[in-house]
Amino acid sequence: MADMPLVHAVNVSKSFHHNHVLKGIDLDVEAGEVVCLLGPSGSGKTTFLRCINLLEEIDGGRIWVDGDLMGYAERDGHLHHLTDVAKATQRREIGMVFQRFNLFPHMTVLANIAEAPIQVRKTDRSTAEARARQLLEQVGLSEKADAYPASLSGGQQQRVAIARALAMDPKLMLFDEPTSALDPELVGEVLKVMRDLAEGGMTMIVVTHEMAFARDVADRVVFMDAGVVVEQGPPHEVINNPREERTRQFLRRMSSEA
Amino acid sequence: MSQTTSPDRPGAINARPVRHPWRWVTVAVIAVLVAMLIHSFVTNPRWDWGYVLKVMNYKPILQGLLYGTLLGTVIAMIIGASLGVLMAIMRLSGNPVLRIVSAVYTWFFRSVPRYVLLTILGVGLIYLYPTVEIGVPFGQTFANWFGWSNDLTFMTLDVRSISGGIFIGALGLGLSEAAYMAEIARAGILSVDTGQREAAQALGMSSGQTMRRIVLPQAMRVIVPPTGNETIAMVKDTSLLAAVPVGMELFNQATIVANRTYRIMPAYVAATLWYIIVCSVLMVGQYYLEKKFGRGFGTEVNPQTRRLLAKVGEH
Repeated sequence: MADMPLVHAVNVSKSFHHNHVLKGIDLDVEAGEVVCLLGPSGSGKTTFLRCINLLEEIDGGRIWVDGDLMGYAERDGHLHHLTDVAKATQRREIGMVFQRFNLFPHMTVLANIAEAPIQVRKTDRSTAEARARQLLEQVGLSEKADAYPASLSGGQQQRVAIARALAMDPKLMLFDEPTSALDPELVGEVLKVMRDLAEGGMTMIVVTHEMAFARDVADRVVFMDAGVVVEQGPPHEVINNPREERTRQFLRRMSSEA
Repeated sequence: MSQTTSPDRPGAINARPVRHPWRWVTVAVIAVLVAMLIHSFVTNPRWDWGYVLKVMNYKPILQGLLYGTLLGTVIAMIIGASLGVLMAIMRLSGNPVLRIVSAVYTWFFRSVPRYVLLTILGVGLIYLYPTVEIGVPFGQTFANWFGWSNDLTFMTLDVRSISGGIFIGALGLGLSEAAYMAEIARAGILSVDTGQREAAQALGMSSGQTMRRIVLPQAMRVIVPPTGNETIAMVKDTSLLAAVPVGMELFNQATIVANRTYRIMPAYVAATLWYIIVCSVLMVGQYYLEKKFGRGFGTEVNPQTRRLLAKVGEH
């Protein structure tokens, strides 16, 4: 499957009880590409993102990441659920940044970042901590290594969360509304880290409401509404010159709020 | 910032405090009551404080304190806490068999009074199972059926040699405690934000690693205060060990002293003072444990409220 894009999602569907959240999503993301998912709340962006790294189980369709079918193995014409261990192995290659940071509050910043490499990759402590310090420098928080998350601002916590995800050397980074829980004046510092990451060639899927970020950083913008992809394309086309009425409505609302 | 004062702008607040005359009245009333109490302690010869002190230092009393009360508490709480956490994890697992086993366990041990449980263990274990044979399950049954000479038993344990001992008693208290600890641990695990588990999973941590490294350490913050409380309750419940019977236990020893010397009150007061001392030390320890496990949680619920809630136990 050498010619498959890094993320290859076909006809992904998902319901919560009777609520049909995803109605056949197709999405390909090439290695090194930055894709922003836009759309009104409830459109299924976050759910789709969580399906990619198996935090949600899909009801239909297939998702491949780097040629691996996520969550299932296909043998003799049947799909078999993967074990929890096998799912954990697949997740290692995918970094995720959450809206509410979800740092481990009982560990220092350094321990937060070094935890997964030590536990999961069995990296020895000194190597993992050296790498953690390097990542902290990259996100501009070298002096916070020994602080506990509760003593950091939201923006700082989110930058640590990005460093923590990067410590696993993921092939793909998923961002779930990374700036939505932040005070407005703290949004910039997180977006800057993400911008640097994009320039460094990281493959990123970003659920966001930050239009300026989508316009400047994304290679492609995907507009979702009511569980389907309404339109997608280069940001200047979708944001400045949308073809679909639903996209236009959404963008008008966004600009009137901003 | 320094305050600028000028005639037309109000300056620093220098207001008179509200008077609380009733506070002084309560102080006076309580002071009188306490003085009366102390006066009676000192002047009533029946308190016999000199003898109380002597009993507190009697060797059998100290042995009973060390062996039955302290060692009993430690063993019972180790069994109770580890089995309780295991039961909590089973109760929350995806495996329905484990969930039911845990629920039935908790139901059973919460329904049996400790005194009754200890009596039954002390009497019944020897009566029902005088020896315990360790080997292949149903090995003897199969050996009978097929006429084998070897009944697949590896080891025989004489229950009489261990029953009546502290271990049966501590086991009984521990099994009973596990039912309560299971509920406490379950509440603790459930109190951890689901985002924590998701973050750990997203990093590729296994469910075991997530539980051990991320969920349990945070659950400890909720688990520790009621567990300290359970430990303190356990110190007091070791006085039930007499039901097994375990002779070498503080209150039992105090009773023996009382019956032998006919100076009953001083002997019981001596035991009471030891319980108070041990529990006070544990309460101090509990305070420091809470501080340790509260680490990293800046915006905490009022710890006093949490402690009070923890004390509204089921005992």
